[in-house]
Amino acid sequence: MFPKWFMKWNRENPTNIYAPAIAVGVVGAAVFVAASLVAIGQPYATDSMQTGPRGTGMSVPEFEADLATPDPDIALLIEDEPFLPEEGEELAGDIYENVQVLGDLTDANFNRLMGAMTRWVAPEQGCAYCHGDGDLDTYGEDNLYTKVVARRMIQMTQNINENWDGHVNANKEVGVTCMTCHRGENVPSDIWFKITPVNERVEGWAAVQNRATSLSQYTSLPSDALEAYLLDDQVIGVHDLESRVAGIPGEDGYPGIQQAERTYSLMNYVSNALGVNCVFCHNSRAFYDGSQVTPQWATESLGITMVQEMNNDYLVPLKDVYPAERLGPVHQDAPKAACKTCHKGHQQPLQGANVIQYWPELATTGAPDYGQ
Amino acid sequence: MIEYQNIFTQVQVQGPPEWGMDNENNMMEERAGKPFFSKLVGLMGNAQIGPIYLGWTGLVSVVTFILAFNIVGLNMLAQVGWSIPEFLRQGFWLALEPPGPEHGLSIPPLNDGGWFIIASFFLLVSVMTWLIRSYLLAVEHKMGKHIFWAFASAIWLMLVLNLFRPILMGSWSEAVPYGIFPHLDWTTAFSIRYGNLYYNPFHCLSIVFLYGSTLLFAMHGATILAVTRYGGDRELEQIVDRGTATERAALFWRWTMGFNATMEGIHRWAWWFAVLTPITGGIGILLTGTVVDNWFIWAQEHNFAPMYDGSYGYESYGSYEAFIGKED
Repeated sequence: MFPKWFMKWNRENPTNIYAPAIAVGVVGAAVFVAASLVAIGQPYATDSMQTGPRGTGMSVPEFEADLATPDPDIALLIEDEPFLPEEGEELAGDIYENVQVLGDLTDANFNRLMGAMTRWVAPEQGCAYCHGDGDLDTYGEDNLYTKVVARRMIQMTQNINENWDGHVNANKEVGVTCMTCHRGENVPSDIWFKITPVNERVEGWAAVQNRATSLSQYTSLPSDALEAYLLDDQVIGVHDLESRVAGIPGEDGYPGIQQAERTYSLMNYVSNALGVNCVFCHNSRAFYDGSQVTPQWATESLGITMVQEMNNDYLVPLKDVYPAERLGPVHQDAPKAACKTCHKGHQQPLQGANVIQYWPELATTGAPDYGQ
Repeated sequence: MIEYQNIFTQVQVQGPPEWGMDNENNMMEERAGKPFFSKLVGLMGNAQIGPIYLGWTGLVSVVTFILAFNIVGLNMLAQVGWSIPEFLRQGFWLALEPPGPEHGLSIPPLNDGGWFIIASFFLLVSVMTWLIRSYLLAVEHKMGKHIFWAFASAIWLMLVLNLFRPILMGSWSEAVPYGIFPHLDWTTAFSIRYGNLYYNPFHCLSIVFLYGSTLLFAMHGATILAVTRYGGDRELEQIVDRGTATERAALFWRWTMGFNATMEGIHRWAWWFAVLTPITGGIGILLTGTVVDNWFIWAQEHNFAPMYDGSYGYESYGSYEAFIGKED
């Protein structure tokens, strides 16, 4: 293929071409990478939010690219100023039949809120999702489960805004509406059902852990953490507050390793639900120490109690109202809420957008305050 | 020149298989397997594979280990409904768990920790007979008992974790589960439950010896490889008849850090560091929950961890709004 003189010259002049080729390749690749980084910047740059004293490593990191992208759901929020009621205006409770909640609203505000709820919860089905396909004079009927559930959810929303102000308005006015959870879907994302036991042919702790499930956040930690702490009000803390506390695991409330793992499972869930790490709320060298936690810890503790009330007083009692397809796949239990149902990966739902400002009707269990 | 810059054994000499001495104990009779050579294995160690001497201790150890291993595996398989694909998918998550706390130190039902106790028993027999074997074989070869003691230190840690400490705590539920991720969960939960194990001084010591072991091993391995060209890999000869390999290795370290181990002493360093890792770690675990229940508070009480005055300055940190770039 090559001329004879070429092959002959190569034979007589053996040269190691691999060493320089590798050197040129390595140096060339390094130059290329360095030039690329200078030209287009660090593609995975991060920023961090300080949560504790310097030198303790307390910060919450995020990719700058993620920080630059606002939650797309914020754009779905509806700006709709309330109609200021006139003196002596007729109220919805008097105009329509069977208005058990929101009866204190004027006709204009009542329909304004009904329209908003349609866009929050059933944008495709419209009014018919709760009121059926009948004429307007049938709208007072409670034939559809969706309407019964919606009424209870309005009460729950009002209760959260009024009585859990310390959680939902911890930093500033934010509040919650149907949109906080629903985001335009009939059933909110990130609800949960009981799924334990997750393992076959075993009893006790072996039956509720060591499986990659959505409720264990795909770890081998227990899958019953939400059930135990956000439904059954079990004690989350597992630490002893003195250097020596005698006890036998499982007796007199002396927590064992299993309780610690289940607590860890809950904390892991909360971290993922809020898109934060342990040191958002805790000083990790002493998780238990109430004098070293961050201000977020108090907000979070209030949130846990709030979710317990939501599940036990509002969501679980609706079990018999739902049709079978809305119930849990394992125990046919009612769908339940937890941190992620609202937060969906953000420190504050919808990145702290003030969702309640146009909806004073949902901010209180009593008559709405229009600031008049 | 270039053949000395190596990390694998470059020269393999293969002849008739080495059978060793047929000494007064007639070990030859109990050796099993026809010896053969493997070039691949020769890169790392001796190219000759076999024969092997198990003896009664080895046989008991192998049989009980296989029993324990299969009990764990079959329990995992049962938990996924005997589905092999699911067993492979969830393999790293599955475990054979110890009994629940409600069973204390009693014998629990098979499906709530009973199999764990049985597997643990076979595992105990297995490691103890293997330990005896390491002693008996050393006797046969008229060796010191260093390997026996080193293995015993590892068994000490294992016994603390799943035998001594659960008994002292009054519950088998404190034992470590047999599973890949689950035993790591146990480790984290153990630290969290007992107030941060980093403040346990024996845990500190164990870490020092563990990381020290890796450092010493790297330093020693690198030093010997670096002087193989002068015969440094013939360490035993260098111990009794110090040559230029030893001189250079010693000089290198003395000039580097002002001190050097000796050709003999480096092995004592390595042995003690390795052996002290599980010994100190085992002490630390044995004290946890039995003597100290919250290591951070213990450390503060003993002026080992600092007290903070509580002025954390939370109000001056940046806000969430500023972090997400939405500050008005």
